[in-house]
Parts: sequence; C-alpha cells; structure tokens
Amino acid sequence: MNAALPAPIGLLAELTHRCPLRCPYCSNPLELDRRSGELDTATWQRVLSEAAALGVLHVHLSGGEPTARADIVEITAHCARAGLYSNLITSGVGGALKKLDALADAGLDHVQLSIQAADAGNAERIGGLANAQPQKMAFAERVTALGLPLTLNAVIHRGNIDEVERIVELAVALGAKRLEVAHTQYYGWAYVNRAALMPAKADVDRSIRIVEAARKRLEGRLVIDLVVPDYYATYPKACAGGWGRRLMNVTPTGRVLPCHAAETIPGLEFWSVRDRSLADIWAASPAFMAYRGTDWMPEPCRSCDRKERDWGGCRCQALALTGDAAATDPACAHSPHHARVKALAAAESAAGEAPAYVYRTIGGAGGDDRPAPARIPEGAAS
Amino acid sequence: MSEALTLTDVPRLPRGVRLRFDEVRGAHVLLAPERAFDLDAVAAEVLGLVDGTRSVSAIVDALAAKFDEDRAVIEGDVVAMLDDLAKKRVLDR
Repeated sequence: MNAALPAPIGLLAELTHRCPLRCPYCSNPLELDRRSGELDTATWQRVLSEAAALGVLHVHLSGGEPTARADIVEITAHCARAGLYSNLITSGVGGALKKLDALADAGLDHVQLSIQAADAGNAERIGGLANAQPQKMAFAERVTALGLPLTLNAVIHRGNIDEVERIVELAVALGAKRLEVAHTQYYGWAYVNRAALMPAKADVDRSIRIVEAARKRLEGRLVIDLVVPDYYATYPKACAGGWGRRLMNVTPTGRVLPCHAAETIPGLEFWSVRDRSLADIWAASPAFMAYRGTDWMPEPCRSCDRKERDWGGCRCQALALTGDAAATDPACAHSPHHARVKALAAAESAAGEAPAYVYRTIGGAGGDDRPAPARIPEGAAS
Repeated sequence: MSEALTLTDVPRLPRGVRLRFDEVRGAHVLLAPERAFDLDAVAAEVLGLVDGTRSVSAIVDALAAKFDEDRAVIEGDVVAMLDDLAKKRVLDR
C-alpha cells in the first residue's frame, strides 16, 4: 500500500436492498437494486478476501435486510475465515430470527439491531410493518441468550424524539451493550421526507441532555453513541471519516462507493467489483479520487485549520443543499449557506402538522407528486 | 455507575471483542463493536495476558517480572487501562 494512502478499515457490504421494513429515512438510494442484479455468493466471498488483504478490519453486513440473502450464513462464515470482524446490521424481522443461531455458529461477532421507537404502535407506524416490534424483541432476546454483543440503533426524528428516554430504558432491558441514538441524516429517502422528519431545535437539545445524563448514570453498563443532526450543528461531520480515507461501500450489484449516498452525485464514475479488484478500486477509482484528501477543497475549507478533522463535511449534503458537490458542507458555520440551512430546519420543524411519510418502496419515490425538498435559493448568500 | 476495577478482578475479553495482529499496519489492534483500538506494544502485551483466569494482580506480577520494572508504576498503568476498557464495555470482569 502506498504510504500516502492509508488502507481502508471498514467495508459496508450492502448485500441486498430487499427489506420487509419501509422506513421513510432509509439510507438506501431512491432507485433500489433488484434481486436479479445482486452479486452471487462466490463474488461476495472474493470481495471479502480482497478486503481482508487490503487491510479492512470490520465488515458491516447490511442491506436492506441482510438476512434476506439465502447465503448470509456462508458469507458470515467467510468473514470469520478471513479474520474479518463481522457486524450484522439487521431489522430483526422476517427470517432473521430463524437464521440467528446458524450465524452465531458461523462466527458472527456482533449484532446491530434497528428499532424505530420504544412504543410498539409508533415503531410499526414508522417502519411501515405491522407486528414488527414483537419480532424485534424476540430477536434481541435470542442475541443476548447466544452471548453475542448487541447494539441497538435508533434513528431519531420528529416522530420519535419524545421517546429517547424510553429507548435508553429499552436498551438496558434488552441487555444491549451499546445504543446508537442517531439523529436522521438527510439523504435519499430521508431527504425526500425531510419536512416530515425534521425535529425542532428545542427537542434536539433535550434529546442530547437525556443522552448525556444517561451516559453518566449507565457508565460501564451501556455505551451510548450520539449522532447529532447536521442542520443544527456548528461544524460538519467528517462524513465516512473523510472521503476515500477509511470506508468502502459495496452495493448489492457490486458498485463500490466512498459512502452510501455517493451515487446521488452526478458525473462520478464508480467502478464495480465485477470488473476490478477492491485494491484497484480503492487506489484509483475516479469516484474515490474525486474528493480524497484536501486538494479539491474550495475556500473556506482550503485555509481552515479543521480541514483534516472534518474533511470538508459531506459532499452529498453539499450537493443536495447547494447544487454543488464541491461546496463547503452547509452544516458548517463557515459556509455562506449555513444560516439558511438552520432557517430551513426551523421552518420545516415548526409546521403544525408533519406531512405524511413517503415510505421506502421498490420503484422509487417518483410516484409521489409532492414537490422536491427545498434547496437553499440560488445566490441567497453570496 | 459501575465500581472501579480492583486488583482481585479477573478480566476477560467478551465475545465480540478480539485481539489480533494487523498484518497490513504491522501493529496489534483490539476489535470491538463499531470500533477498533490501535494498540502500542505495551497495551498489546497487557491484553495478551487477559485470559479470563489471571487476576489484575497476576497480570501486573507477570509484567513486572518480564520488564524488570517497579511494580507500583505498572499497577497504576494497568488498572487505568483495563478500567477504561471496562467502562467502554469491551472488557468484562
């Protein structure tokens, strides 16, 4: 490996886009890959072996719902053989519970289970699937009974932000070691649904206080990771730890992305594991090269002393909000668009009645006749 | 809040936490849920002695003998390191 180019540490393996849930903030793209285009078992095994040789430590077996793959046990066993740390990111519904014992036997290291809310009715409204919550609870119980470490992941938004305390209690009751309180990131489906999901600033602040108090109270029992919402932040997150620095994302059909939303950026050329090795893609794929490092940065990033801390923030968000993927992430206080982003969030969250969700579905969100979410008006801040 | 680690505790790495040598980077790493801890040679030495049978005290003894170092100094460092990992839920006792 080139000394200037660090090896990736994580691989997000999106094994399938199929999922029984229909969450309106799903991180998958609006145009979901179909089953007929998915990589076969042998290709995934090759990719995982290449990942281990390249220096990847963690593999996140994700989707969609990864247990919807008939070969999920074989894929997990291959991770173990290659020395990769395997993390199953699952909804816990459908056939997940039936496969769990075999996954544990195959050497699965960790389970991350999504919950949509603590209240069953609310959770099932958000996830768009009746009877999901009892399945999730049974799944969580079996994870801890098998001695596997359990993380609960709750995506937080207007529809469940009043349940943060209950979600913490649920994590403790289920024997989770970790809880991710992850405020929604507005890409893909969440971007389409932003006006329905955006919480008020006061509710965000309260949720942060609840997490900070719970961290102290539960130290040594439950680790709580908090992802704060960009639109109310002062500095942007280092998206994926910096573009092309730490993570690779392989889609169900084999395209390799620097982050899961990167396909929203027009003009990027993504290489596929069907044609090239993971090492070649990491080193030379045009998509990985496009925003790697700091040379691509405009001002105010270029002369900023934080440029190697947050790496300019998120390219997909810059594109979504300003129309320019190379702009400074408007989540940053130094962006000329920052005040407008905060105003946008405040206005959307203050609407008396949140709009109905556009649920995730194969075929995209195109059937909905609602106007696209607001960008910052052009020229507004210049 | 959980109580601090003591010398009689017997630490162990729970399922889902693995110590391994990373060939690509030429260093030991502790792999845990959603995180990887880069280990220096000393930290790797300490965790290599965590086997679910040795007490913290026995780990300190082994290190003091191996490195011919003042036991009190080693004890402070080892307890602080293991206590921190326990708080992060990557070490059981």
